[in-house]
Amino acid sequence: MLGKLDWSAIPFDQPIPLGAALIVFLAAAAVLGWISVKGYWPYLWSEWLTSVDHKRIGVMYIVLAMLMLLRGFVDAIMMRTQQVLAIHGPGYLPPEHYDQIFSAHGTIMIFFAAMPFMIGLMNFVVPLQLGIRDVAFPTLNSVSFWLTATGALLVNISLVVGEFARTGWLPYAPLSETTYSPGVGVDYYLWSIQISGVGTLLTGVNLVTTILKMRAPGMGYLRMPMFCWTSLASNLLIVAAFPILTATLAMLTLDRYLGFHFFTNEAGGNQMMFVNLIWAWGHPEVYILVLPAFGLYSEIFSTFSSKPLFGYRSMVAATLFICIVSFMVWLHHFFTMGAGADVNAAFGIATSVIAVGTGVKVYNWLFTMYGGRVRFDTPMLWALGFVTTFTIGGMTGVLLAVPPADFMLHNSLFLVAHFHNVIISGVLFGAFAGFTYWFPKAFGFRLHEGWGKAAFWVTLAGYILVFAPLYAVGLLGMTRRLQHIDMDIWAPYLKVAAFGILVMIAGAACQITQLVVSIRRREELRDDTGDPWDGRSLEWSTASPPPVFNYARLPQVENEEPYWTVKQRALEEQSPADEESYEPIEMPRNSPTGFITAFFSTLIGFALIWHIWWLAIVGFIGAYATFVVFAWRDHGDYEIPADEVARIDGERKAAELAWLRRRERVA
Amino acid sequence: MTDIDSRIDEDLDRRDSAPGEESITEHEPAGGLPGYLLGFGLAILLTIASFLAAQTGLIYQPAVISALVVLAIAQMGVHLVFFLHLTTGSDNTNNVLALAFGVLIVTLVVLGSIWIMGHLNQNMAPMSAHQAEMMP
Amino acid sequence: MSDATGAFSSDIAAGSATSDAYRPGHGHGNAHGWATGHGQGGPASKFVTVAYGFWIFLLSDIIMFSAFFAAYAVLAKATAGGPTGKELFDLTRVAVQTGLLLTSSFTGGLATLATQRRSMAATQFWLLVTGLLGAAFLFLEVQEFAAMAAEQAGPSRSAFLSAFFALVGCHGTHVGLGLLWLGTMMAQLWVKGFRPEILRRLHCFGLFWHALDIIWVAIFTLVYLLGASS
Repeated sequence: MLGKLDWSAIPFDQPIPLGAALIVFLAAAAVLGWISVKGYWPYLWSEWLTSVDHKRIGVMYIVLAMLMLLRGFVDAIMMRTQQVLAIHGPGYLPPEHYDQIFSAHGTIMIFFAAMPFMIGLMNFVVPLQLGIRDVAFPTLNSVSFWLTATGALLVNISLVVGEFARTGWLPYAPLSETTYSPGVGVDYYLWSIQISGVGTLLTGVNLVTTILKMRAPGMGYLRMPMFCWTSLASNLLIVAAFPILTATLAMLTLDRYLGFHFFTNEAGGNQMMFVNLIWAWGHPEVYILVLPAFGLYSEIFSTFSSKPLFGYRSMVAATLFICIVSFMVWLHHFFTMGAGADVNAAFGIATSVIAVGTGVKVYNWLFTMYGGRVRFDTPMLWALGFVTTFTIGGMTGVLLAVPPADFMLHNSLFLVAHFHNVIISGVLFGAFAGFTYWFPKAFGFRLHEGWGKAAFWVTLAGYILVFAPLYAVGLLGMTRRLQHIDMDIWAPYLKVAAFGILVMIAGAACQITQLVVSIRRREELRDDTGDPWDGRSLEWSTASPPPVFNYARLPQVENEEPYWTVKQRALEEQSPADEESYEPIEMPRNSPTGFITAFFSTLIGFALIWHIWWLAIVGFIGAYATFVVFAWRDHGDYEIPADEVARIDGERKAAELAWLRRRERVA
Repeated sequence: MTDIDSRIDEDLDRRDSAPGEESITEHEPAGGLPGYLLGFGLAILLTIASFLAAQTGLIYQPAVISALVVLAIAQMGVHLVFFLHLTTGSDNTNNVLALAFGVLIVTLVVLGSIWIMGHLNQNMAPMSAHQAEMMP
Repeated sequence: MSDATGAFSSDIAAGSATSDAYRPGHGHGNAHGWATGHGQGGPASKFVTVAYGFWIFLLSDIIMFSAFFAAYAVLAKATAGGPTGKELFDLTRVAVQTGLLLTSSFTGGLATLATQRRSMAATQFWLLVTGLLGAAFLFLEVQEFAAMAAEQAGPSRSAFLSAFFALVGCHGTHVGLGLLWLGTMMAQLWVKGFRPEILRRLHCFGLFWHALDIIWVAIFTLVYLLGASS
């Protein structure tokens, strides 16, 4: 009846996971209880859970990403402390648990923290920057989000019910085959990644279509903001790379469930084929994460230097170059597997060449700041921290791209330090920069500057303290994923790294404090103008938070920096606003389709993990029924009448006018 | 129903075609029923040619593989042109570019995998004679 | 000076009255003379947007197939002492399957033509023929799989057979899902008539069905013909 599921799945004998699960459960119950007591469910349901508004969905993505970031960070803390406590000793995490922790850390950070953060930012910003009202397929957008949330939920269920994979963040075969991993850990991994992967793929389709087919009138390709360009490249990579992940994990699933022999040791299976295919996805994935960050850094450097972006066209070219070449370098993840000199040389050279594209970008950012009036607000600090530290990470990457060096360094903590160096600088700093930069647009008030700056400096210090020693200890020969350590020479470095993680905890505390303080003091941090940073692209021309339709009338774009141009012209000419006429606007109706799809896909995923076949069938029937009900509906849109549009737009204008009067009085 | 986009008979924008949409322009070799019939006929001929090339000795044996690949690519082209109405017109640029990107990725993934895996197989650790016999 | 801020937005909005993302048919009625997709004419019509989105999805689907093709190409010789393609493949059946799928692609095209004429009877008829041909194709494939499994040549026999069953089965699954979609859509068309959103879906189905035929061309060439001749 319940497949493989019984009481032994709950780890009663292991206090750490059980305690952690209890805390998570109590916290979740407390939040749900608080919502019920306050009576927020109807609001939450109609305004958020069923929303198809790209801005709301973007915010929900980022909330999910931040929760998962905390979860992944807790895993990181456990790994660093375990390695310090396990010098000549067992530490506090037994090997089978430690293996689950580093696997969960990588999986959660990449798939459920970094990806949702970047997708959330793209979701929120891209339609605003393009000057349109929503993405191409709003309901599909909601489905994508809820599928991602389903994946995250399944990974976290594995904390209590059963176990998680012990095979690393990419489940290399044959270790991940049933012979060596008979438990449900790898199955949790497979189904949560497959389900959220479908969501990611649909997001990719959605945003590519949005950017290529739905720009405001006048916005030719070479007038798109840089963030839209990098989002386009990133989403093209999603569309091209995620199907490879789906296929590869499907092959492993067939091996595990139906006795196929793709990657087994017997019957002609080929383990190296798994490594080959998974990295054909895995390398583009790196650029899927970092390209949107490159775009938002470009926006930030330009805005806070009060200058247009330097070398816009070379930036576009570099982005597209990276987009294509990222599909020609995947072998550098397995130089040591024995491909031979010519193959290794070809991929080594391609890997070095791809750094040129990033180099072009770094110089463009530097020249953007050169001669500008640079303002050091929190987003700019994150961006500056990125450029300096990312360059170091990039250089160690070029070092690793040389096959002979890679033979020395592969599988060491030097490698671990390298990819954390690029991912934390590139993606995590980018996420924080974008979060601080666009937060006022989403909620109408700024984040507290003092706490933001504290968070930046403390996090930067902690980050350097953790990973500088890891580079060094990697050169001393320490391999990755060690559960206990017998070498005294490594001990001092590991202790510094453990101290560094304490500093990073302080940094995370600053971030949380910043959010709490900002929400409490939101009235004094309020931004009425919709343009708190003296911005240059279209999203700053509408109100903060933007009305549901974003723009009362679609903007007419005349150059690369439409808002900046119009703002300057208006200030010079002091021209009064002319009387405008408004037209009614049709917007897509909210729909519970995404939420219900997530419900059924959770059922399907859980049932397949535990071999509860009837429940899986029920889930599939439910999903199909949801699809048919959605397809059958008669009214997909509703109309906002013209006078309502006029009223909302009038409020924005009144607020802007009041702000201008205040400014005049000060002057 | 307020949504009145039926595309096919009203207000058709000739400057931007949907993928697979038939717009009768100078770029389209043949439209309507004749187009489908022509495509169907060509596809049948190419299919028969493929089966003949593989099954009979009409073609020099070592060239069979190349012949089959060429015939397959030709048939895919026929499908794209006559069934999916892909043209070189400017209204189709976006569609063709997207297809080209997809073809590039498919080529990279398939040929790259074959190249890499061929090398990995060749450079495997040496085997004893007994192991070699057990090899597939 | 006092009204300057208000002027920002009015300048930005100038000239946009006729282009509205959610008023399809108005989105491209502009005076710029640029194509909407790659130029400056504002958001494309809903028909173009939906079809283009589906086109992008199909490309991702084809890339997924390419991973299965790559696995097949690498594992094709890994028969582990089991039967080879030459011993297993029945080219007569493959020829019939190819004919069925090709014809169904053609009748799918005829359904598109009937839709353009807004002829309900003809559209339903050609969709039904398309579906029946697809079902016949699927029947032959299931029969082939069952026969192979009965001869101890199932997917667990060797890596070659694993790759074969996964690749061909993945195509078959697509055909099966296409039939489910087709049936649902025929019912919807019957009940609701030629509505804009149904026309868009019919168009997307056409794209899907033709794409499956293109993938089948690759399968019968690379898997069956090459497998049987080498």
